[in-house]
Formats: sequence, C-alpha cells, structure tokens
Amino acid sequence: MGKKMNKIIIAVAVVGAFAGGLYFGNNQNSTPVITNSDSGASYGGGFNKNAQVTAPTKKSAVAKRTVAGKTHVVNDGESIMAAVQLATPGDTIQIMPGTYHETVYIDKDDIRIVGVIKEGKYATLDGQRKLNDAILYSGNNIVIENMRITQYKGNGIMGQAGNNFEIRNNIIVDTGVYGIFPQLGQNGIVEYNVISGIEDAAIYVGMSDNIHVAHNDVFDSVAGIEIENSRHAIVENNYVHNNTGGILAFITPGLPIKTTFDVIIRNNFVDNNNHKNFAAPGSTVSGIPAGTGILIMAADEVVVENNIISNNKVTGILITDHENAPNTTIDPESDPAPDKVMILNNIMLNNGYDTIDEAKALMLTEFKQGNPDILRVGVSRDSCIINRHRYVTVGIDNWKECAFTNTDAIDSYILDEPVAPREIDPSERGKVVYMGICAGCHTYTGRMIGPPVQIIQALYMDNPQGIADYIAAPTKKREDYPEMPPQNYLDAETRLAAAKYMLGRKN
Amino acid sequence: MMKLLPLILLLSLMSFITMTLAYGQDDFALAEDCPPSFEFVTVEGKAGVCRLVNLYQFYDSVQGRGLGGTQTSLPEHRDGFTPAQIDLGRYLFFDPLLSKDGSISCASCHQPDKGFSDDLDRSIGVTGEKVGRSAPTLWNVAFLDKFFWDVRAKSLEEQAQGPLFDPLEMGNTPEQLLATLRANTVYLKMFAQAFPDEKELAVEQVYIALTAFQASLISLNSRYDRYAHGYHQALSENEIKGLNIFRSFVARCAECHQPPLFTNNQIAVIGTPEPEGRDFDIGAQKTYAAVENSQKLRGGFKVPTLRNITKTAPYMHSGKFDKLFDVVEFYSKGRGHAVPKDEKLQLHWHIWEPELTDEEMQLIVDFLGSLNDESLTPEIPAHLPSGLPVVDEKYQLRLSSE
Repeated sequence: MGKKMNKIIIAVAVVGAFAGGLYFGNNQNSTPVITNSDSGASYGGGFNKNAQVTAPTKKSAVAKRTVAGKTHVVNDGESIMAAVQLATPGDTIQIMPGTYHETVYIDKDDIRIVGVIKEGKYATLDGQRKLNDAILYSGNNIVIENMRITQYKGNGIMGQAGNNFEIRNNIIVDTGVYGIFPQLGQNGIVEYNVISGIEDAAIYVGMSDNIHVAHNDVFDSVAGIEIENSRHAIVENNYVHNNTGGILAFITPGLPIKTTFDVIIRNNFVDNNNHKNFAAPGSTVSGIPAGTGILIMAADEVVVENNIISNNKVTGILITDHENAPNTTIDPESDPAPDKVMILNNIMLNNGYDTIDEAKALMLTEFKQGNPDILRVGVSRDSCIINRHRYVTVGIDNWKECAFTNTDAIDSYILDEPVAPREIDPSERGKVVYMGICAGCHTYTGRMIGPPVQIIQALYMDNPQGIADYIAAPTKKREDYPEMPPQNYLDAETRLAAAKYMLGRKN
Repeated sequence: MMKLLPLILLLSLMSFITMTLAYGQDDFALAEDCPPSFEFVTVEGKAGVCRLVNLYQFYDSVQGRGLGGTQTSLPEHRDGFTPAQIDLGRYLFFDPLLSKDGSISCASCHQPDKGFSDDLDRSIGVTGEKVGRSAPTLWNVAFLDKFFWDVRAKSLEEQAQGPLFDPLEMGNTPEQLLATLRANTVYLKMFAQAFPDEKELAVEQVYIALTAFQASLISLNSRYDRYAHGYHQALSENEIKGLNIFRSFVARCAECHQPPLFTNNQIAVIGTPEPEGRDFDIGAQKTYAAVENSQKLRGGFKVPTLRNITKTAPYMHSGKFDKLFDVVEFYSKGRGHAVPKDEKLQLHWHIWEPELTDEEMQLIVDFLGSLNDESLTPEIPAHLPSGLPVVDEKYQLRLSSE
C-alpha cells in the first residue's frame, strides 16, 4: 500500500501544480448557479432504441416463450446438472429447497433455473470452499432466480457471452471473486439480488451492452457494483453499503473491448462504503481507497443523478483517469480520460470526513476547506454538473453547467426485441456446413481424408437423405479410408441441407 | 560455417539445375479453386476471390469483437485473395529461395506437422544461431491484428518482412529477394498469374501472397467446436471438467484465452520466467517505448491462441516449458513467483494464486487436447520453382531418415 500511495502523491503533485495555475484566478465566492430540476430538459442518452416513442418498455430481457417447455424438478439430494443435461431449450429447472454441492454449467439456450423458496428455505448451492464457480452459462435467454449461493472459490453466477439474461432474487453470500458476473453479453437484467462478502465486485458487468442493474442490496464487499468496458447501462435503485467502494464505472485497460460509455447511475443509496479493502493483491479494485462512494475511472458519458450518497469517508464521487489510478496497466488503444461525466442532483451527506492525503493536497491547491463530496483527478473533458454550490468539490470548478437536469426520458436500455437467436439462415445452412466441416476431409476430385465428392455424388445422386442418415452414424465403408466421425451434432434438417449442397457441387 | 557456405550454395545450384531439368515450367500451375472451407466468389469485372465460410460466422458477439463463450462470432479477418495468390503463397512459404542463401524457408520454423511452429525453444535462422524468441503457430492468423510476441507488426504483410530480412532469421534483403525471384522464370509466370494487374514482379507481392496463404490456415473444427455448436457428446467427461476449470474464475484461463479463438489478441504481463541463463526479455515495452508509462508493459507479450497447442511445444516466448502441464502449473504457482528479484512488473490482474490441484491442472491439459484440428492442413508442394528441397534440406534429411 505504501508504494501505491507514493505513486498517487507524485501524480497528484503534478496535477496539483497544473490545477493550481488553472484555478488561481477563479472567484471562489461567486454567486452559485441554482438550477431548478422540477422542469428543464431531459438527458437524451446515447442509445437510440427506436425513433418513435411507444408504450413504456416492459423490462424483460429474455425472449418470450411461445411453447411451454418441460419443467424438471430437482429435489434435495439430486443433481441440478443432471437436469440441465436432460433439458432442451424452453425447459425450466425447478430446484427444491436443499443443499447442492456442484458447479452448474449451461451451454444451451433458453433454460431457466428457478429456485423454490419454501417458508424462507432456499435451494442452496454450497461450494464448500472446494468448487470453483456455482453457475456458468454461455447460452442465450438464460434466467437464474431465487437461488442461494455460498462458499464458492470463483464466481457465484458467471455469464460468458450469453445474451438476453435475467438474474434476479438470488442471495449470494461469501463467494469468491464476483457475485454476479455477466461478461460479453448483450441485453440483460440483474435485479433484486442480495450479495455480500465478495472479494472483488458483488455485481460486475464486464464488456457488455444494454444492461439494467436495479434493486439489488450489495454490501460487505470490496466493490458493490462495477460497470466495466460496457455501454448503455443503467444502475438504479440499489442499496450499496459497507463496501470498500460503492458503485464503479470503469474502463479497465488491456481488455479487448476498449470503451465504457452511456452509463446512468441514479436513485441509489450509496452509504458508508468504508470497508477495509480485502481484494486480492494486484487486482484492479485493490487500489480503491476504502471510503469511496462512486468511482468513475476513464469511463465516458456517465450520468450520476439523484443518488443518496452518505458517510463515505474518502469522498462521495471520485473521478479519475488511468494515470492517477494505481494498479492499472496502459493500453495505447483505450482513452484513459473520463470524458463527459454528468453530475446532476444528488444528496450528499457527511462524505470525505476522513479523506486521503492526496485529496487534502488537491484541496489546498483550490483553497478549499471541508470534506470533499466530489473529487476529480487527472484529465476529464467536456464534463458538466448542476448545483455545484451544494457540495465541497475538488477539480470541477471549470466544468460546464449541464444542459439538462434529469434522465427521465430514459426508462431502460433493455432492448424492445431481444437479441436474435443464433441461427444459421436455412438457405445458407447447407453451404456453411459443407464449407466449414465437410470440406475439411473431402475435396471434389482428389483424395483427402475422405473419398472425393465426385464419388459420393455418383453413389447418392438422387438420395440426399441417404447421406444425411449416413453421416449421423457412419460405419466404416472403405478399407483404404478412415472411418468418418459422426456428425450427429447437426440436426436432421441441417444434415439434409448439407447433403443436398454436396450433391450440387460442380467443383 | 563460412567455409561451408559456398559448398551449400553450389549444392543448391546443382540441385536447382537437376530439378529444373526434371520439372519444366509447365509442371507448376497455380490452383484455380479456393482451398477447402473457402467459397469462390466473383464480383463483376474482377477476378474471383476466396471467402471463408464457417459456422461461427452466423453467431454474434458484443461490439462484433468476436470474443466470449461457446456460440460467439469470430473477429474480423483477412480473406478475399484469389486462388492463384493463395497458391503462390504456398510455394513461396515452402521455398528456401526466400532466404539469403537458400538454406531455409518460412516452413523451416513454421512446420505444418508441428502446428506451424517448430520444436525449439527459440528458432534457428540462416546463421545457425538461435533467434530471440520461439516461432509462434500460424493457425488462425487470419483473425489477428497484432503480430510477433511483442506485437510490433499490425498486419501479416508487415510481419512477413520481419523474418525475411532479419539477419538472424532468413537474412535476405528486399533487393536480393526481388532479384532472385525475377531471375526465376517459373516465379515470373506465377506472379504474373497471381497479380495480373501489376506490370512487374514487386517485393510487395511476396508479402501479399504469403499473407494470402497464411490466411487460409483455418482451424475451427475441433472436437471442442462441435461441443460449442451444441453437440455435448463431442467432449469426454474429463474434457468437460477441464473446460469448466479452464473457464472458471479460479483458473481464469478463458479470460485471456477467450473462445472462439482462444486468444483475446491483447498484451499481457504474466511474469513468465526465461530459460536458465537468458536475460529478461522486456517484450512489448520496447514496442511502445514512445508511449508514456511504457514500463507498465515491461515483460508483456501477446496472448497466443491455444488451438493446436499440443503440437507446438516448447511453450512461452522463449520456450521455457516443455510440457503443457508445466505451463498450467506456472499460473498456479502464484503471482510473480518467477519474476527476477530486480524486476518490477505491472503483472496482469488475472495473474493470482488459484491454487489448482494436480488433478485440476491435468484436466485443463486434457481439455486443451480437444482444441486440435488440422483438417485444413495445406498440401506441401512436391517440388518448388527454385528446385531447392521443399521446406529445407534438413527437413528432407529428417524425412528420409524416418
């Protein structure tokens, strides 16, 4: 920690020298600009879902089910994973109260994991400090709700590139690195979860788009809610308390997706986030000073509105670039500055009462006294604020007034239509399978691993179904060729399309 | 070595004469069809080109970056070369004529049967000395936009000029390369066919043809891919266990070796040790020397793909580890355990102390084996326009001794 502090002090000294010159001529006692937020323009946001405004968006991220699937009931003592293996898209796995020691992985679309809560008793996934992650999914349209998750070493619930997800009403206690971590997904809701005791972020949205994080209770963790390298995210109506840092909007350098923008943080309680930092050494969050309410690092177009931010000892809102943040690498492909930060009305109570020395030093450069509510270090371009006179601020005197006072026009960034299914266009299917798979072993005339296409054509010219059936369960036909591996992972329709395409090849 | 050189040249020349006698110009015809998995597409008024067709192209991914889970689209890629350009690239790739003294070809260090890599810790160039780093695999390079371990090239064309003209690698010069190719009647004809709009053979055409060939090295049809497309029986129980450890947030392998390519094509500082006696390699710090805080990239290297990884031992940028198990163990031994005492590195945040058990590490290794797919390995030419031995003499000797 000592080394990190030195780094910050050096960086701050540089900023301080610069800022000192910049702010010296400002009149500290000018009349405050008072903005009435009862009326005024609404912030438009960065994501245009639809030009025309229709009925209020219903907050559902998963695709509607048109056919009722099966419900697989899992009782205490049985295996959830066994049910997942049996399930097909459209099915629901209903898990009865009890304790389950397993990792549940879902590499299928449209599966719902629904815990049954009976008189306060939950279906509990217990990793016993031995298992890695509780639930991993990579499918689209996954719902996970009403589960209790505890004592895993990795993550509670982790999504890897699943779109259209809903994760709600889960209790996650003392579970490894992240409580809920959807990564590389589009269109998802994380709501009504109670998460505590996480050594990184309780809720961590990574490299994702169109996300809604609402009504969660997150506490006793290093970070409460983190929006990282993601766009079009709303974080609202959460209770974020007793973490090291409350709500984070980050660009983490070195990740393959380089931006964070259009994030709205509104109507949250961000209280008493003073917990000792217990993050793993070297992790990005291990550099967060305990007592940070909201932390914006390098993220652009972040709106902070109508939060009640109280009792965070370092500061209510901390805005920094990569240069001044400890524990970050550099990335020549990402912009290190948090630009277009928009601070609208917020209630700030008793923040910054035991702030870090760097903040005090910065305050000196602006001849300010008191406990900082808002602290900006490093570069931030085109940022704005309203009613700045209400707060003790550092580094934002030259910010503009915002041209709007609220985000009321934006209900949600959840898509009206869920992300489309991952289906290969039926007219293309034959060609794609032939080129992507068959061509690895068959050429038109020559001998490769399998016999030439010409010979297959001669045998099956009017019988594509014959090929489709054969490739599902091939038998050894030719002494001088190896046996073909089964292609039964392709459905019957796809196999037939590939067969027809193969028979139609001319070269 | 210096004494041997004229002898080698003489031998090369002799074999050249015999070969050209045995194989006339007409024996070398460039392909008119695209390689497997590529569709021949004609655009009006232009020569037809080859476009990759693959199941992954029908999926989506966040921001179109081609990263994520099982059913995720691929990143942008290079294709659109003509069959003739790809085939010319194949001849060039295997032809030792491209090196200073005709002793080695691209394929000497990027051998098809070794995952387009070699079995050396650091490759050996024309001088017989070892070069700075290990030869990386060429599978799926069509999808990359950073090349070399230290990411100093941004395109395959730029990359090709590295080994061609590095004195320790192929040792050639653009002038000599151009002169040699122009003096070869077979190549003159081939280049004219592959680049019909160009007036004469230019050295840039060599880079394009090599790019065209390398962009055809596609490996996306492994047993893992079948699992990813939805056929879960394609992997054994142990391999699925391994996959789940691989992508778990304890091992965190998949955070950088992200499917479907099993690389995120970023730089990572992981603190991997050098073989005994080697100086610390600063990697990407040198590439970004002009950037502020470039010391934060000290010891940083490009995250390599893990496809066909079982074929490319030894591992890491300078071949420190012979076995995949040892690589996995490196990650499990704890953050910074192998960093030299006098080095201060900004280690990647995912490098931590996962404390994997031996069994878990072995399961990861088991899973990695399911990423093998060499079904689109191109045919090695039987003879070359130069008349030189295909790949190189050493390779031919190895073949004849086997």
